[in-house]
Amino acid sequence: MIAYVLRRLLALVLTLLAAALVIFVVLEVLPGDPAAVTLGLNAAPEALAALRTEMGLDKPAALRFVLWLGGLVTGDLGLSYTYRVPVLQLIAERMAVTLPLSLMAIALATAIGIPLGMLAASRHGRLADAGVMAFAQAGLAIPNFWFGLLLVLVFAVGLGWLPAGGFPGWQAGFGTALKSLLMPALALALPQAAIIARVTRSSMLDTLQEDFVRTARAKGLSEGTTMRRHALRNALIPVVTILGLQFSVLIAGAIIIENVFALPGLGRLVFQAIAQHDLIVVKDLVMLFAGAAILINFAVELLYGLIDPRLRQA
Amino acid sequence: MTTRRELLAGAGLAALAAQLPVVALAQAKDSVTIAQTLEPPTLDPTSGAAQAIREVTLQNIFEGLVKMDRTGKLQPCLAESWTIADDNVTYSFKLRQGARFHDDTPFTAEQVKFSFERAVAPDSTNAQRQLFAPIAEIATPDPATVVIKLKQPTANFLYGLSWGDAVIVAPASAANNKTSPVGTGPFKFLRWNRGDRLELARFDGYWGEKPALARAIFRFMSDPQAQVAALRAGDVDAHTNLAAPEAVPQLKADARLKVTIGRTEGETVLATNNAKPPFDNLKVRQAIAHALDRKTIALGVYGFDVDLIGSHFSPLHPAYVDLTNTYPYDPAKAKALLAEAGFPNGFNCTLKLPPPSYARRLGEIVAALLAQIGINAAIEPLEFPQWLERVFRNKDYDLSIIAHTEPLDIDIYARDGYYFQYKDPAFKELIAKIAVTLPEAERNALYKQAQEKLARDAVNGFLFILPKITVANAALEGMWTDWPLPVTPLAELRWR
Repeated sequence: MIAYVLRRLLALVLTLLAAALVIFVVLEVLPGDPAAVTLGLNAAPEALAALRTEMGLDKPAALRFVLWLGGLVTGDLGLSYTYRVPVLQLIAERMAVTLPLSLMAIALATAIGIPLGMLAASRHGRLADAGVMAFAQAGLAIPNFWFGLLLVLVFAVGLGWLPAGGFPGWQAGFGTALKSLLMPALALALPQAAIIARVTRSSMLDTLQEDFVRTARAKGLSEGTTMRRHALRNALIPVVTILGLQFSVLIAGAIIIENVFALPGLGRLVFQAIAQHDLIVVKDLVMLFAGAAILINFAVELLYGLIDPRLRQA
Repeated sequence: MTTRRELLAGAGLAALAAQLPVVALAQAKDSVTIAQTLEPPTLDPTSGAAQAIREVTLQNIFEGLVKMDRTGKLQPCLAESWTIADDNVTYSFKLRQGARFHDDTPFTAEQVKFSFERAVAPDSTNAQRQLFAPIAEIATPDPATVVIKLKQPTANFLYGLSWGDAVIVAPASAANNKTSPVGTGPFKFLRWNRGDRLELARFDGYWGEKPALARAIFRFMSDPQAQVAALRAGDVDAHTNLAAPEAVPQLKADARLKVTIGRTEGETVLATNNAKPPFDNLKVRQAIAHALDRKTIALGVYGFDVDLIGSHFSPLHPAYVDLTNTYPYDPAKAKALLAEAGFPNGFNCTLKLPPPSYARRLGEIVAALLAQIGINAAIEPLEFPQWLERVFRNKDYDLSIIAHTEPLDIDIYARDGYYFQYKDPAFKELIAKIAVTLPEAERNALYKQAQEKLARDAVNGFLFILPKITVANAALEGMWTDWPLPVTPLAELRWR
């Protein structure tokens, strides 16, 4: 087992290095000088040269790559070209929006999707079932930015209950901050809820055919109790798997929703950094996302190894 | 559709219901929330060209020796008064007494000298260091006087001192101004939630008149839909320059809001590579000029009238001459000119577009108009950094569309290696003469000649001036209608 882990670990390090190299090279060949973007159309050549030195762009590419790698290992992600503050601080600020937003969206999606799926399964083939399936179809078909705009039109412009966008910051108070996340979270949650409702329904329908459910019914339990206590727990396994898979989709969806609602989250940071040619932020963020994906993959492989000893030989 | 109409009706009712309390509350209100499209990358106007930096900080956090007012006239600011000696190169500034920085550092001549010397230092990243290049020497005979000697008479020296790049900063705080700015202005920096908002508070130690507002929040929202929604929901009190011109009629119909269409210094041009065949041929450029139906173009992009231009000059300036009829819209004549130039069947070329929405929208219309006379322009959308690299720096383009937003920047046509590649000794001479001509009437006469020369040579396709679409709560007074300089002075705002 130890040899297996070491082999996997070596592969992990090599993969991370390869990812870093690819990211660096790709951004390196991108045309456009970050200093020129900062100083604009009328900049004097001397000012440009001075800014390039300040940003460290005058150093050779190989040296910059090594310095960047060193920084990544020691947790120093460098200074943002545009904002001139540490990238780590920027990411932390944005996480404070994106993370609660995603969690809220998942919570909403689950709270809407699972009961709907159960309802549909228990009324299989009847009107309620058809209704839920129609909702799921619509939820998947409606683009979430359009749904977001609709929410704004109703709850912000029409009724004035919720802010149309923006994020006052957690220092403005928990309730105020939460209020500004509610609509974007709902917009993000809609397609997720639709998927969850469908998966819950079909998984529930399968489970209801199982012997243990028949036994529970035979014991004289009510239909509701049977579903909640016996069927649901087993039916949830595929739902949880889907939830895990959807988390990354959620982060991607957040890029669009964060723009619609003018929320200062990670998605918007990537968007802005690309537009402003803040290559150091783009580099760090892409590395962060890649690193997270590689680490999750690594953890999964280790688990496989634990479960199936034959894989350790590979 | 019915749902939408019902929704809008609902919104109208809600608006009516909200009317009374809003008016009552306005009495007590002493804060304002202003939205703008772009977020400043840093808060130091002396170290970056981003217009958003000046919009937020100039005349609010930072001040210069002089300031520009809403009509484009120079007014005293940190300099109470000034005299220009008969030699035309010695400027004596009498400084404001009792002004101080937000960290309580008193304002003296020392900081003026420091600020200007810092701007031209070898490691300076001041985007407009050419403003300070004419300075030969700065003397500070006493703390309340600064005497600046120039190398040669420089007509627009004072004018340049009103720009954000020339604000006065203090030695102790200058290095940190990017993230925690310290100036002498009526508002001081409070907090910045990057990506969302910047909060400012009235500076109680301000030397001038006390502003009516105690607090101000700048909110940054780039999405046009989000801007309109925030205005209609009352989340923001004003937007300095709305990015959604198509929403103007809808917002104008809203009694709670006041919409004004003003002018900026943004000359929007069909940039032409004058050194590259066939655009090096005057007849080809004239043909293009005749093909550009400016009125249709502007209406197509905005849906309302904006100021058309016939040369690279803003109607906000007193020296402006209307040259829009130099080459009036005449596709038949354009075709004839093309034939004369040896292109009876037209030719193919590229039209490279930077990201701003006006450029992308314009691109389609301009390409369609050019196609009418046989010029087939293939549209190539570019990201801004790529545009800077390929079009601006490497001059690897045929045609492009962009607004030049620096005020009074007609001198770019006299610069060596500028991307229009217009090389004309006579024009260069004219600009050199303007630079050293101090009497205003004489200078304006020269500016007129310069404008006429550019128009005649059809250097670029001159289209229109970028409008400033200001939307504000009807009870908010003092927003600038025009932008002789892109600023939003909070001290001029008050609630009615």
